[in-house]
Amino acid sequence: MGAQLRIYRRRMRSVKATKKITRAMELISSSRIVKAQQRVRATSPYTIEITNVVTSIATYSNTEHPMISPVSNPRRAAVLIITADRGMAGAYSNAAIKEGDILISQLKSQGLTVDAYLVGRKAVNFYRFRDRAIAGSWTGFSDNPTLDNAREVSASLITAFLTDTESAGGVDQLYVVYTEFKSMITQTPISVAFLPVSAPQQSEPRGIMAMYEFESSAETVLNALLPRYVEARVFNAMLQSAASEHAARRRAMKSATDNADELIKSLTRLANAARQAEITQELSEIVGGAEALASASAGSE
Amino acid sequence: MSATKLTVEVVSPEKLIWSGEATMVSAKTLDGNIGILVDHISLLGVLEPGVVSIKAEDGSVADFNMADGFISVNKNRVSILGEQVK
Repeated sequence: MGAQLRIYRRRMRSVKATKKITRAMELISSSRIVKAQQRVRATSPYTIEITNVVTSIATYSNTEHPMISPVSNPRRAAVLIITADRGMAGAYSNAAIKEGDILISQLKSQGLTVDAYLVGRKAVNFYRFRDRAIAGSWTGFSDNPTLDNAREVSASLITAFLTDTESAGGVDQLYVVYTEFKSMITQTPISVAFLPVSAPQQSEPRGIMAMYEFESSAETVLNALLPRYVEARVFNAMLQSAASEHAARRRAMKSATDNADELIKSLTRLANAARQAEITQELSEIVGGAEALASASAGSE
Repeated sequence: MSATKLTVEVVSPEKLIWSGEATMVSAKTLDGNIGILVDHISLLGVLEPGVVSIKAEDGSVADFNMADGFISVNKNRVSILGEQVK
């Protein structure tokens, strides 16, 4: 076999092996998106309900509570950025990190100091490589977060929020950057302010807002609501990010598989041409050799 | 507006546990036991660990053993937010 042909064959084999891997990853992600989507849907009622309750308190109550009354002069903000643990998902993690950078520079221009809290190995590596300060990080569950994971993350965010800003680690505001799962094909990174809860600009059309009577006191209720509210929203953000991660990975792996197909096609063409060239060359060598023999023997007689 | 029944939802952080219509909901909050009937004032309370019972129109009662949570009542919509005892 000619050297050229052997090289083409070798490359085809390696591309085919890669294609098998990318194809498998594509299929795995497709099946996981559905499950992740169902989990997002299952947690939505709780998140919507608790957010409604908290927003209506923020809108209609005069109670002073750090959760609903914004500090007049905020100094520090916590930003939680949710990314993936693994790569192979196209621009998914980078898009979230970039969205986080935009938010952080915005906050800094308002004179705030920003503490970065990170979820996902990709964000942690990004920050470590650039020597940026990390206030807290969690890894290992980005593609399948549980409520306990969300609780763990929320706990340190809440501690930071309730700590006085004067002392170390305290923050006045809490933002979360995650990837919103809009549909199978659209996922957009967004940044959302979680705390303090702000009253909505226009009144809700469904008329769910109301004056509330508090069983025990407003303060007790708010104290109990705060951690649950943060947990629910962080959990929902994590689940949406997980669904987006799978969707992004599926798309990236699909285009990788398609590219592998293209490559195999063009390599097959090249290999065929090389084989043809080899045959042609061998034929002409045989014919040439036979002719030389024939003319040599004709000359001797 | 006088509705004749309550729309009740029991939701945990992970899923919707129960939803439907009822005539009465009783629960135990920090201040004690409360019963909620139609046209109750808007209320928000912290639940004590205990049983939340929902009495449906046909008289059947659904009990939920809650570990913690909140009860929110607003315009005949009752939401029980919390986790069930496992």
